[in-house]
Amino acid sequence: MTYSYYKNMQQNNIIFVYQGEVTADLVSSILHMMENKLDGDGEDKKIKKKVFNVMVECLQNVYHHLDSADTTPGDGEINDRTALLMIGKEASDYYVITGNHIYNDRINNLKDRLDKVNKCDKDELKALYQAILNDGELSEKGTAGLGMIDIARKSGQKLGYDFHPVNDQYSFFSLEAKISRN
Amino acid sequence: MEPLKIEPTHKTPKVYFAPQENVFELSGRSIPEDSVGFYKHILDWIDDYGKSPNSLTEFNFELEYFNTSSSKNILELLKKLEGIHESGHNVKIYWYYDEDDEDMEETGEDYKALLSVPLELKMKVY
Repeated sequence: MTYSYYKNMQQNNIIFVYQGEVTADLVSSILHMMENKLDGDGEDKKIKKKVFNVMVECLQNVYHHLDSADTTPGDGEINDRTALLMIGKEASDYYVITGNHIYNDRINNLKDRLDKVNKCDKDELKALYQAILNDGELSEKGTAGLGMIDIARKSGQKLGYDFHPVNDQYSFFSLEAKISRN
Repeated sequence: MEPLKIEPTHKTPKVYFAPQENVFELSGRSIPEDSVGFYKHILDWIDDYGKSPNSLTEFNFELEYFNTSSSKNILELLKKLEGIHESGHNVKIYWYYDEDDEDMEETGEDYKALLSVPLELKMKVY
């Protein structure tokens, strides 16, 4: 059992994986640990900064989502305060993957936002970022709706995403950001 | 006016606002989950400072990392400095970035595009 987990992670180039409740302290610890790992691996400073930035946004994005989710204890099957956090390192890319439950009625809005970001080229992302930075209202937690745009800008690649239907109330949303090592 | 000095942490920047010395610096990393809570104090201080600012305020931003949650608050801070500038006091903003940090350079450009207060991008060479 343990060996198959190990082989699976190794074959998929996963260097970090976490499944469970996401707290602010946990996010800080992961960031701290991964920063040490990037330093220890002697990663190029420029790449290291990009990976760290993308990790901050992806992990805090999940944290804010779960913190704001009006959680009703599920049927025991779904605890929607838990999430999956994964970091991978391949020969050509780092990737940061997050997964969490969302209400089905929020899918369309989120999908529209992601598609809009993915359609933008570099200059369009810059313009969109500036427009939202200048006009957008800050939520109570300080999240500004800039996260996805920032991740796309800094990663320099399209955002991967998936909505996996769970039941008539929830789906499992996963987001994948890639950062080129070249 | 009392200076505002806050020591840096893993998630919050060093704040060194000292009107008597004419030194204003925000440096390090700004990645707190609750950026509103952290910046409220800073923004309130700037409001007070704006009531009787120095004839020239040179404000240095020397950030290594910041999250999008902080970016809004940093814009608020810059807009308050712009307000001081517009009320007839000299304000100059310096935005430092590492020579290999194009993202921090771009963010400086983003802010510059949104503001009328003088903002100069400065590359740090090692």
